[in-house]
Formats: sequence, structure tokens, C-alpha cells
Amino acid sequence: MSKATRQAFGESLAAWGEKRKDIVVLDADLAKSTKSELFMKKFPERFFEMGISEANMIGVASGLAFQGKLPFLCSFGAFLTGRYDTIRLSVAYAGANVRLIGTHAGVGIGDDGHSQMGLEDVALMRALPTMGVFQPADEIETALIMDHLVEKWSGPAYLRLTRQSLPIYTDKANWRAEKIHHVRKPSNPNAPVVLLGSGAGTQEAMKAAEILESKGIAASVFNAHCLKPYDTKGTIDAIANAKLVVSVEDHSVIGGLGACIEETLAANGSGKKLMKIGVQDLFGESGEPDELFDKFGISGKIVAESVARALK
Amino acid sequence: MIRIMKSAKDLALLSCEFRISILEMLRDAKSGHPGGSLSAIDLMTAVWFHSMKGVNDPKHLKDDRDRFVLSKGHGVPALYAILANLGFIEKSELPTLRRTGSRLQGHPDRVRLPIVEASTGSLGQGLSVAQGIAMGQRLNGYSNARTFCLLGDGEIQEGQVWESALSCAKYKLSNLCAILDANDAQIDGKVSEVMPLEPLADKWRSFGWNVIELDGHDYPAILKALDQFEKDQKSDKPLFIVARTVKGKGVSFMEHKIEWHGVAPKAEECERAVAEVKKYALSLGGN
Repeated sequence: MSKATRQAFGESLAAWGEKRKDIVVLDADLAKSTKSELFMKKFPERFFEMGISEANMIGVASGLAFQGKLPFLCSFGAFLTGRYDTIRLSVAYAGANVRLIGTHAGVGIGDDGHSQMGLEDVALMRALPTMGVFQPADEIETALIMDHLVEKWSGPAYLRLTRQSLPIYTDKANWRAEKIHHVRKPSNPNAPVVLLGSGAGTQEAMKAAEILESKGIAASVFNAHCLKPYDTKGTIDAIANAKLVVSVEDHSVIGGLGACIEETLAANGSGKKLMKIGVQDLFGESGEPDELFDKFGISGKIVAESVARALK
Repeated sequence: MIRIMKSAKDLALLSCEFRISILEMLRDAKSGHPGGSLSAIDLMTAVWFHSMKGVNDPKHLKDDRDRFVLSKGHGVPALYAILANLGFIEKSELPTLRRTGSRLQGHPDRVRLPIVEASTGSLGQGLSVAQGIAMGQRLNGYSNARTFCLLGDGEIQEGQVWESALSCAKYKLSNLCAILDANDAQIDGKVSEVMPLEPLADKWRSFGWNVIELDGHDYPAILKALDQFEKDQKSDKPLFIVARTVKGKGVSFMEHKIEWHGVAPKAEECERAVAEVKKYALSLGGN
């Protein structure tokens, strides 16, 4: 039953297209992969195929926003954020109300290898003033974030999506936009381990928690869908009783979720120890997603081993 | 919607006022780009005071007005001079150019001053934004609204410009007019030596644009081209005007001098330059 977050995005976008006639969608020859084609099929007059010209697509989206449209522009996260200067000036600095959609996040895409993997995209987007950065962990959360991005958010925002399917963890009733979300209660309220995941990282954090619990180590898991503005208060509350805080993400440990938490801990004078799980300042490579998750130390199994070792 | 429609002679006189304004602004700011502001001002004066509709009254701007994007953002003193004349900014605000807290940033800033339409200054981005605006005007059903974009010649060495060149032709944006301020000078030397662009007209024609080549200081020729753009609204091509210009135009000691790309005139230099422009205005019958 699980879906890739890119699929859930495409479905939500097509649904919003009915209600909001100001939505326009642009893609750079990846509509089948980003799933913007679901919108294109329903609203061809509001879909613009921009060809393999991401920088131009970004500038055009700004111009459309200045004419009162709400543009969603879609490509692989690696390619989109690679046109950083155009995003920096024509979108962010210009205050353009644009939604940048970057799919194919992380080593989780597998075979295609490094050039196609968004691995520094969150770091790049977080560094831009006014830019919101969002990353859902499952299909339900994707739809909730999309609602937020259409109805509430104003200004530029980046949405990071996976190629691969992810199981559902989101509890709709307790979910709040821009706040971390408790997705796994530990067996013991004073659990020594608090894991925070984002995107595909949440699935691995959940797997790691199961393994740790089976070894008698209580572990709590939170999901962070908003990497900017980051929920610092929620994080401080969530880790109050933790001995070890663990961030899990399929992204570079520089500038992503781990950095959000690190900045939060440091700024609040917390002496908590943080283990940053993610791509450790390395390039990605081709391979089976599961094998790559093991190789880069992101899989739940490896995370559990690393955590158990650190607690000894 | 009202447009201003000045004659060629009125425009030439008006541009003298703007040249003086540019020189004084840069003198006060002690930095900025005189060469490229002076090469562009005749083209911009013609666009704003002859062609553009709906920009004559800053207090009553309509969504379906014409738009102007200054892609060569360093030429922004020329735009501020025009905006001050039209009342979008106070003339008393001009000396705040490049000062802390001013809306008159060193390069156009759409958030602080929305009438500049696009934030530019990293070269090669403005045409894409202008393309998006032109597409938005169509989507909004503003059938008479047009978008103008001024680019520098060195600027179009940026690859993004050519992405947009392809794309504007695909979307048949006959409501878009891009104007090239071809002053053949960039920071490191002559454009023709740093990175040759010729044959410019052939390149843009082959990309699917209508192309007009002219002298960018010859008002009758500029007005004729802009009027042609208006007539061609039913064509299925955007218009590219290759305007051959002189860097530093109107101030003899700045003309053709690459050194004046990014250096502001000192008080004495400004005085000499202004005197020369005033003399030219008198010869046109101004006062």
C-alpha cells in the first residue's frame, strides 16, 4: 500500500489543480519521474514543459509568480538546487512565491548513482533567507505538507521527495505543520535514545528503534518534516530525557536534519550527545538502495548497531 | 490604458535630464556603473516614455500594465532616474543610492522597490523572469500587455539567456521585446575579444526571433522598431532588438572607455560631464 512521496505529491498537485486555478506547473523534461505529469494530463493549459533548461525554468517560474500565479517547478533535487544562483537571486531574493519540488532525494534512488542523487540540496536551500524547506516521510505527510504549501505558506519553499516507496507513520490527528511529530513511543518513558528522522531517514530510524527495543534499549522516534523553519522548541522538549540523540537522514550530514539538531542543541546549551547518521561528507554511488543504505551507515540495522555501541 | 508617447526630440531632451541624474547619483554614491547606464538610457527612455502603457501614474497601477525588466542590473541608475521622473520614487531619494537602508540598492531589488519587477545583478537571469511575466500576462488574459527586457551584450555570454531564447520562441511570445544594449565593452575588455557574440542578429533569428538591428542612440530608429513590435503583436515571434551603443554615451571622456564601467565620477568630473550634457540639451533646443 505504500507509495513514494513523489507519487503522493503528483496526486495532491493534480487534486489542488481543480480547486486552485492560480496553480501552474513547470517541469524540465522529467514530468514522468517527478509525477508532475498527473497535473499535466488534467490541466495541460497550466502545465509548461520547459525542456532540459532548469535555470530558465526557475526564472520563468518567478515571472509567473509576479503575475499572481502559484508555480510548482519540478525536477530532480540535484539538478534544481544545482542552479543555485538563479534560485538565490530570481526566486529567494526577489521574494517570489514559488514552490521548488526536488525529487530523487538521497542514495535511496540507487542504480543511477551520484549525479542524480540530491545529497546537498537541503543544505543549499536552508542557507537561503526566507526559503522554507520541507521533507515528508510518507504519502500522508506529503499531502499534509502540500496543503500547507498551497493554503498557508507564502514565499519560496523547497519540497524534497523520494523516488522509493515509504511506509506510513503519520498520525494525521496529531500532526502539526512545521512541528516535529512523535511517530514511535518508547517502551519506557525515560528512553535513553531519541531518534529524529526526516524523509526516508524516518523509516530507518523506526527500524533501528525496533531493533534497539528488542535488545532492551528503549527508543523514541520523532519525524521532522520541516527543516526550515526548524522546530527547535519541540526538539528540546523531545530530547529532555535522552542520553543519546540520533538524527537519521538520506542527505549529507552537513547542513541537513543533523545540522538542524546540532544547531538547536548548541544554541540551547544542551550537553546532549548527538550522533548524526547520514552521508558522511561523501559522494553517492550506484547500487541497490538497501545495500547503499548499509554502506553509508543509514540503514536501520547499522544505525541500531552504531547506537548500541555508543551507549556502551 | 494611457501611455506617454513622447516624440523623438522630446525623448532626446528627456534623456539629457536622465544623464545628468545618473551622473549626480553616481557622484553622490561614490561607486556604481556610469558606462553601461549611459549606453542604455536612450533605449530605456524610449521604452518607458514612448511604448509602455499604464506606467504614467504610480498611484493607480493596474495589473495589466506593461512591464520592464532590467536584466543588466548594474545599469539601474538609469532606471532610478526614469522612476524618479515618473514619481515612483522621490527625486530627493536619488542621493540615497547604495546607502544603508535605501530602497535604491546597487542592483535592482524587487522586494524593496516592486516597480523594478525583477531582482537582478547576477547576469543572465532577467530574460527568464521577463519570459515568465510575458507568459503570465497571457495566462491572465491581458491581451494588450507586453513585457520589455533590457540586456547587456557581455551578459548574454551566460548560458541561461540562450535557454530562454529557445523557450520564448517555443511559447511564441510576441508580447515580449528583448533589447540588447550592445556597447561592446565588458569589464575585462571588448566583448568581441573577451567572448565574441557575432553574428548576433543571425544567432537570434536562427533561434526563432524577429530581429531588428539599429543604432541605440538614434531615437527615430528606436521608435520605429518599438512601433514595429506593436504592429507585430499578432506575429508568433518575440522581438530581439540589437542596439549598437556607445559605453559612456553623452560624456566625451567616458565614451568607449572600459575604465568607466564601474567607477563613479568625482565631483569635478561630474561637473564637466554635466556641463557637456547641458550643452547638448541646449543644442537640441532645451533650456
